[in-house]
Amino acid sequence: MLDKTGIAKRIAQELRDGWYVNLGIGIPTLVANFIQDDISVVFQSENGILGMGPFPYEGEEDADLINAGKQTITAMPGASIFDSATSFAMIRGQHIQLTVLGAMEVAQNGDIANWKIPGKMVKGMGGAMDLVASADNIIVAMMHTNKRGASKLLKRCSLPLTGVQCVKRVVTNLAVLDITDKGFKLIERAPGVSIEEIQAATEGTLIIEGDIPEMKV
Amino acid sequence: MNKVVKNAQVAIQDILDGMTIMLGGFGLCGIPENCISAMVLAGIKDITCISNNAGVDDFGLGKLLQKKQIRKMISSYVGENDEFERQMLSGELDVDLVPQGSLAARCYAAGAGIPAFFTPAGFGTEVAEGKEVRYFDGKPHILEHAFKADFAIVKAWKGDRYGNLMYKGTARNFNPSMAMAGKITIAEVEEIVEPGVLDPNTIHTPGIFVQRIFQGVDYEKRIEQKTTRPKV
Repeated sequence: MLDKTGIAKRIAQELRDGWYVNLGIGIPTLVANFIQDDISVVFQSENGILGMGPFPYEGEEDADLINAGKQTITAMPGASIFDSATSFAMIRGQHIQLTVLGAMEVAQNGDIANWKIPGKMVKGMGGAMDLVASADNIIVAMMHTNKRGASKLLKRCSLPLTGVQCVKRVVTNLAVLDITDKGFKLIERAPGVSIEEIQAATEGTLIIEGDIPEMKV
Repeated sequence: MNKVVKNAQVAIQDILDGMTIMLGGFGLCGIPENCISAMVLAGIKDITCISNNAGVDDFGLGKLLQKKQIRKMISSYVGENDEFERQMLSGELDVDLVPQGSLAARCYAAGAGIPAFFTPAGFGTEVAEGKEVRYFDGKPHILEHAFKADFAIVKAWKGDRYGNLMYKGTARNFNPSMAMAGKITIAEVEEIVEPGVLDPNTIHTPGIFVQRIFQGVDYEKRIEQKTTRPKV
């Protein structure tokens, strides 16, 4: 089974040289720590920077340089800074090659819910609705089950949706799964996790074809 | 031409109860601190705020929320403010949550003379309820309208008496789009320079969009999430 860092490491393997990538808050942010040495990718943060770098050294924080999670950051050589309207033109105009974000629920048709629990938590969608509505390539990074042990990979989302039929791939602590017309297609198992364990933790239709390899992380 | 006013108090003196006001910033980054403080002191009530976030409990728009001066918030993300959540759940505060890209585009559109536009963001969600849907190239889009704001209040790094503005870092965020969108736009800046000092090639907001400008004082620039790495 993977921890959150393991999920980030597995997703880092999806990145390709020359891509512009938007990472959401939480597990997705960790992906930036595991980029292979032989590729060059540029991270976008939707508050208005391309070429987001690592956190600054202690004492070098700049209140005027943050990411969408409101964390202090640095700018890489070759970075550019722009306003919010331009930032979402990049997103809506499909200039970003990969979006990685977290979710509370994913449905087997690619629907995603991650912004609201009615009556309990209403923080807002931020940029998530714009990102999922426009991105061609969306990977969800999340735990396979919630804190009560219930599956987060469902036939149909129960929470208010962030976007419809948009998720392409889900990487969890248990598995890599692709969204297909027939349901969640199992691509890889996490180290030491059996198909039966994945089946038991997946409420939606799970498609198992042939041998399912173990992830290399 | 001279758009300089003395201070925040003078700049906001004709903002009335019940008006709709855009305020730039992302989190606490690039917010018009001086004008927010002046609005608290002036006791302006029943404000509709268009702003990406709602500040934190004791800073940014949180200061107006604490005094219950805001009637309605139009934002994309409001998760950092307990008092906000309390007022929203109790029904004291009206809240309209808008996808962040649509929020920016609705500001830009307002300033650019585009009354409405179609966007894919929010299709199939609560955000699309009651909105016209149209398909372009086989893909569904929803109709979003430009905002109407009585005032836009922005924060820039440097400016001149013509109202030309330059921002610093990611403090730019919503400020340029909102600057375009106010019936009256107020810019507070860290430094007012003589016309000609700012290179015309590097001006972010041309002065035509700005009606009033002043040099702010005592910027706190609070950091919301201080994240660092150790020196190796």
